[in-house]
Amino acid sequence: MTDATANGKPQMLTTADGKPLKEALNRAQARARRKAFLLVLPLLAFILITFVTPIAQMLHQSVYNEGFVMHEDIGSGERTPIMTNIKTWFDENPAGTEPNEEAFAALHKDFLLLRELRAPGQAGTRVNYERGGSRSMFTKTARRAERMEAPYMEAFLDVDEEWTDPELWRVMRDASSAYTFNFYLAALDRTKNVDGEIVNVDENRQIYVKLFARTLFLSVLITFLTFLLGYPIAHLLATLPLRYSNLLMIFVLLPFWTSLLVRTTSWMVLLQSQGVVNDALVGMGLLGDDNRLQMMYNQIGTVVAMTHILLPFMVLPLYSVMRPINPSYVRAARSLGATSWTAFRRIYFPQTVPGIGAGALLVFILAVGYYITPALVGGADGQLISNLIAFHMQNSLNWSLAAALAALLLAGILILYWLYDRLIGIDNLKLG
Amino acid sequence: MALPNHASTLERVWHYAYLVICGLIFLFLIAPILVVIPLSFNIEPYFTFTEKMLKLDPTGYSMRWYDLLLTFGMLEPEAPRDASWWADAWANANWINAAKNSIIIGFFSTIIATGLGTVAALGLSRPEMPYRRAIMATLISPMIVPIIIVATGLFFFYSRIGIQDWGIPYLGVILAHATLGIPFVIITVTATLVGFDHSLTRAAANLGADPVTTFRRVQMPLIMPGVISGALFAFVTSFDEVVVVLFVGGLDEQTIPRQMWNGIREQISPAILSVATILVIVSIVLLTVVELLRRRSERLRGMSPS
Repeated sequence: MTDATANGKPQMLTTADGKPLKEALNRAQARARRKAFLLVLPLLAFILITFVTPIAQMLHQSVYNEGFVMHEDIGSGERTPIMTNIKTWFDENPAGTEPNEEAFAALHKDFLLLRELRAPGQAGTRVNYERGGSRSMFTKTARRAERMEAPYMEAFLDVDEEWTDPELWRVMRDASSAYTFNFYLAALDRTKNVDGEIVNVDENRQIYVKLFARTLFLSVLITFLTFLLGYPIAHLLATLPLRYSNLLMIFVLLPFWTSLLVRTTSWMVLLQSQGVVNDALVGMGLLGDDNRLQMMYNQIGTVVAMTHILLPFMVLPLYSVMRPINPSYVRAARSLGATSWTAFRRIYFPQTVPGIGAGALLVFILAVGYYITPALVGGADGQLISNLIAFHMQNSLNWSLAAALAALLLAGILILYWLYDRLIGIDNLKLG
Repeated sequence: MALPNHASTLERVWHYAYLVICGLIFLFLIAPILVVIPLSFNIEPYFTFTEKMLKLDPTGYSMRWYDLLLTFGMLEPEAPRDASWWADAWANANWINAAKNSIIIGFFSTIIATGLGTVAALGLSRPEMPYRRAIMATLISPMIVPIIIVATGLFFFYSRIGIQDWGIPYLGVILAHATLGIPFVIITVTATLVGFDHSLTRAAANLGADPVTTFRRVQMPLIMPGVISGALFAFVTSFDEVVVVLFVGGLDEQTIPRQMWNGIREQISPAILSVATILVIVSIVLLTVVELLRRRSERLRGMSPS
C-alpha cells in the first residue's frame, strides 16, 4: 500500500477493513453468482436426471445393440456373452471372406450355447433387422444344433440353404460388434451391400426419407395455414380496445387450455363421414348422401386438426408483437398518400415480422414432432415421423431403429430451437 | 378499428369482409370445442346431431353416457342406487379410478415442478446468474423436444434403472410429468419477475429482514400469481399427457387421457364425448382462474390495463 503511494500512483481504494476494494467487490459478486446458481442447481440436477440422461441413453441405444453379442437372463439378470466363436473368426478373417468349414464349426459352437440359453430368437432378431427371414433360420438351426455333426457347413446348409448367403454373413459380421451405425443408415433408407459399401435400399422399401419429407411438408403447410388464419385475428385483437380484445382472447385461450385429446376427438366428430360437417353439407343439399367427403384418416384430417390445435401458438406471439405497434405510423403513411394496401404492406407488415418469425418457428417446431393427433386422425398417409418411432417402439420392437429415427428428429428440432433462441430469445416465450 | 368517414366504398367493403373473415376464424377456433357438449347428451350412439336433437325434442337427449361413465367397470351396476352402489362406483368404476390416478399423478408432479421451478426462476432472474442463457434453454427444452422422444428415452432409462421395482407407485410417471411441467412454471414465474423492483428486497433487508423473511413477506406475494398459474399449467400438462403414460406407465396406472386414448382407438362411444365435455368445463374454470390471477398480478405491479 505504502509502496503504491511511494511510486506516485494514486492510492488504491480499500474497504473499511483494509481489503482492496476491487478484490472485495469481485468476491461479493462471486458470492452473488454462486447464490444465484445454487438456487437453480436443484432443478438443473432434476432435469439432468429425468430428461437429459434418458435422452442420452436413447442416443446410445441408437448406435448400440447387443442382441447378437450378449444374452441377459430375464429372471436372474445374469449376462452371458454369445456368438464369441464366430466373432473370433470374423476378427481373424477380413470382410468379404467366404465362410469356410472353420467358420461354420465356430457358428455351431455358438448355436449350442444359444440353444442352452434359449437365445436363438434374440440373436436372430438382431440379424433380422437388416436381413428379413433370418430369425426363423436361427431358431430352426438352433433346434437341430445338437444333432449336427461335422462337416458343419453341409449340416447348416441341410437346415437352410441360405446359410452361405454373403448378405447374411455381412450382417452377422456387423452385428458381432455391439456398436454400429447401421441403424442410422436404415433410418435414411441406406444399407450396406455385400462388400460393405453404403447403397440405397430397394425402391419399394424406401419409407423413412419419404416420411421425413412428408413430415416437413405437412409441418410447413400447417405453419403456413396457422399464419394465414392467425394473422387477421391477431391484428383484430391488437387493434380493438382492450375491453373487447380481452373478451375475444377467450376464443384463442380456451382451445389453448383444452385437452389435446378433447380437441382431437372433436375433430373426429366433425370430420367423420357420418359426422357433423358431412351431415350439414348433405342436409343443405350441397353433397349427395352417397359421396360424402372423406376428411378423416388421411392427410386432410391431420392438417385440419393440427392447424386448429397449433393456431394459438401463432396468435399469441403475433398479438404480443402487434399490440405495441403505434397506429400513427400507418396514419402518417395514409396522410402521405399511401393507399391502405400500401400502408399495410410497407409500414405495418414489416413491423410484425418478428412476431411472424416467433410464431412460425414455434408452430413448426411443435408440428414436426407431433404424435397424438396424426395417430388418431391421420390414417395411413397422414402419419408423421413420430408415429413411426412409436411403431418401432411398440410393434416391431426395433428399438435401435426407433432411437436412430428419434435422434435424427431431435437433431432437427435442436437446430430449430437454437435458431429460435438466437432470433427471438427463449425469454420472450409467453403463455397467454 | 372504427372506419373513418372518408373511407372509400372499396375500403368499407373490405372492412366488413375482414370482420366476417375474423368471425369465421373465431368460429373455427371455438366450434370444435363447443360441438362436443350437446352431442354428449345424444340418446343415440352416434356422433352427429339426430333429427330429434335438431328439433330440440327432449326425447332426443339423455344422460345415458354420463351414467355409463359411472357404471362402466362396476361390479353391480344394476343394483339400486344407495350408499353401497356409490361405494361400488367409487371403488371399481374405471373412469373414477382413472380420475383418481390422474389427480394423484398431477398433484405430485405439480408440487415437484412448482417447487423446483419457482426456486430456479428466482435464481434465473438474478442479474448475476452465470450461463443464464444456456441453462434457461436446457430448462425450457422439455417443452420443445417432441413427446415421443422423451417417452422413448424414459422407456430405456426406466427399464435400465428398474424404477418399477422400487415399490413407489406412479413414481416414473410423476417424475416425467414434473419434467414436462417445469418449463411452464419457469416461464410464468420469470415473467412475473421481469418487472420486479429489486429495491424492494433491498429495502426489506435494510429494515432488518433476513433473506427468508424478505422472500416470504416481500417477494412471495408479488410472484404468487405467476407461481399459481405456472402450477395450473403444470397440472394441466400432466392431466392431459398420454404418451409418457403409455410408454412407461404400469398396466394398472390408467389415467383419464390413457382411458380416452384407448376409447378413441378401440371402440369410440359417445361416453368419450361426455368425458370431453367434463374436461372442457374444467378448462373453462382453469382459464378463468388464470385470467383472474393475471389481472391481479398486473394490478399488484401497477400495470393496470388501459
